[in-house]
Amino acid sequence: MSTGTALDPRTAPPFPIAAARSLEDSQLRKNVRHATDVIQGKRARVVSEMPDWEALRISGEAIRRHTMKHLDEYLRQFEENCARVGGVVHWARDGAEARALVIRLVEEAVENEGPHNSLREVLKIKSMTTEEIQLNQALEFAGIRPYETDLAELIIQLGHDQPSHIVVPALHKNRQQIRELFRKEMDLPELGESPEELAEAARRFLRTRFLRVPIAISGANFLIAETGGVCIVESEGNGRMCLTLPRTLITLAGIDKVLPRFRDLEVLLQTLPRSATGERMNPYNSMWTGVQRADGPKQFHVVLLDNGRTDVLADIEARQTLHCIRCGACQNVCPVYRETGGHAYGSVYAGPIGAILTPQLQRLQHARSLPYASSLCGACYEVCPVKINIPEVLIHLRNKVVRRDTAGLRVLGNPEALAMKAASTIFRSERRFRAAQRLGRLAQRPLERKDAKGEPWVSSLPGFFGGWTATRDLRAMPKQTFREWWENRSRNNRDAKYSAEAPR
Amino acid sequence: MRIALFITCYNDTLFPETGIAVVRVLERLGHEVEFPAGQTCCGQMHYNTGYQDEALPLLPRFVQQFRSAEAVVVPSSSCVAMMREHYPAMARRLEQAGGHDGLSGDVESLLGRIYEFSELLTRRLGLSDVGAYFPHRVAYHPSCHGLRSLGLGDGPLSLLRSVRGIELADLRDAEECCGFGGTFAIKNAAVSSAMLSEKSRAVLDTGAEICTATDNSCLMQINGALHRKRTGVRTMHLAEILACTQAYKNAEGPGGGFP
Repeated sequence: MSTGTALDPRTAPPFPIAAARSLEDSQLRKNVRHATDVIQGKRARVVSEMPDWEALRISGEAIRRHTMKHLDEYLRQFEENCARVGGVVHWARDGAEARALVIRLVEEAVENEGPHNSLREVLKIKSMTTEEIQLNQALEFAGIRPYETDLAELIIQLGHDQPSHIVVPALHKNRQQIRELFRKEMDLPELGESPEELAEAARRFLRTRFLRVPIAISGANFLIAETGGVCIVESEGNGRMCLTLPRTLITLAGIDKVLPRFRDLEVLLQTLPRSATGERMNPYNSMWTGVQRADGPKQFHVVLLDNGRTDVLADIEARQTLHCIRCGACQNVCPVYRETGGHAYGSVYAGPIGAILTPQLQRLQHARSLPYASSLCGACYEVCPVKINIPEVLIHLRNKVVRRDTAGLRVLGNPEALAMKAASTIFRSERRFRAAQRLGRLAQRPLERKDAKGEPWVSSLPGFFGGWTATRDLRAMPKQTFREWWENRSRNNRDAKYSAEAPR
Repeated sequence: MRIALFITCYNDTLFPETGIAVVRVLERLGHEVEFPAGQTCCGQMHYNTGYQDEALPLLPRFVQQFRSAEAVVVPSSSCVAMMREHYPAMARRLEQAGGHDGLSGDVESLLGRIYEFSELLTRRLGLSDVGAYFPHRVAYHPSCHGLRSLGLGDGPLSLLRSVRGIELADLRDAEECCGFGGTFAIKNAAVSSAMLSEKSRAVLDTGAEICTATDNSCLMQINGALHRKRTGVRTMHLAEILACTQAYKNAEGPGGGFP
């Protein structure tokens, strides 16, 4: 069982190219549309029953904003309190450091297990942060076999596929496709396609591993600074198994996952499940604080990952990106994501949140087409449980991309920037604007074709603008602009008035 | 009331009939319309595409043109959204750069007098019936900026419901974006077209003859597909529908109301 090539923003094609490819996949589009419709519908129902939903969003935003403002303090608090109850906290500057740390911790754990268990295997709970740093590939390279235990992540792993949604990673697959995969990979030629049969097959497949493997790797939904505790919410119970059965537990979490107080969960555990899966409460809410003598793992490590996050924190206009609690509601509602699915974003973080998070984690070196992968419709902002103004951050990042692409002499090789600068010059003068309007009318003449009603339309534009006419017609510019009409009318009115007043 | 019209650059150039309709409606209601001649563009295209520096000089120009207006009407939700969401920050930036003392104050005072067209009618003038007559089946597409940035809510529909002879059709998934998004329509033409397909299918399913909205940018996108496919369904700005009366009809084709 090995994992396919990971989604890597450093090598992924630009969004428009990858998206165009996804758009050709009718099965993918049907699956994504169906799944996002279902989740959106469930979310809408459970949100509408909350009279204080807006207040909860505002509180959630305030909690996250406060946390980010004092992140250094709360991280130190978490480290101290986690260590006090028997956890070991490690810090990783980037993915490479985190991967090396986790591999070392797993190898130590294998050693500690002694001769009765020398299998180099680990259990995994669904974690987008481990996907972000491509941990599974690194583990396999080090000769360690990771077993994904979340149903969707198992589907991804068995299919050598990649996650396409932060909450529902196999959202792009339908039941028939999953059955085919299970039949082949689990050697179950008679398997049916009902959810019960598929879940049962996965349960049997995973059970032997739960009982055999003594080491687990998890992510985290929240780290609680005041207690040093960790919180994970999930639907299947696989997480609970991984958090209780193994003797060693390694939790990898972005530094943005911290919350100041235990009671902050009161707000976020109301908004997260409703936003994420349309449930009032997650079926499994696990919270653990350090090592307990009676029960649970005896070795507990937390790896805190930066991987570009402090850069995001430093950008005051983009900082709200870190407020994200990974509910995925913005993905389900996004009209772009709903057409393309997640893989087109070239990152485990897809959809609107991915469009702002991924390029920032890449320090805008890669994934620079993503801030443009949005029509700025604002549906994401409307559903966000912590009120991240995603359109505002998108525009801010577009500005950063433009600045980089127009610095110094670079602007000369950038036709878009030159056109934009020219347009700005035109708009700064009424005279130039009128001249441009007249020029436009002249320039369109060879492209105009009269339709059956005798109206001039343009069906084919050259170059950059050809993207428009590939699928849409454009009505030709009328013979008169509004301001010309206005001036004619004013002149006529004046003349009429003068002639009426003139002495006979 | 004396109302200054900010036509917007693309309406001026591509959709003069919308401006004419705005003038007709407001004059019919007894108001006086002004057109400050030095106006050009609000800067939205530049700002939203990432060219903030190029958008900045357009702000003092806009303020200078409309400073003394009693009310400003804009037949474009997205341009009004641009002003409300970004002008205050742009003004602060210009002030910090120097030479624009008091611009923030001017912007704040002016923003309170700027209305999207339907907003002016329903919220400032408190109207829903403007005496229009339009005997056609119409689907209303709530544009994203009108819906989410301006919170127009039921306003445009209340105006349409009061139109004599009109038959309003329910548009499925009305709140979903049409896929225009300014430069998005070209930079991500394939995705934009896919979004447009959903929207035009929904419009066609209503059996309407006309799709209307408060933004010609969305309508240009929607009409682009409707015309390409020769559906016989077309688009009209809300103002053009409200301008129609028993005596005055501008429903004779795109730009058909053009005198």
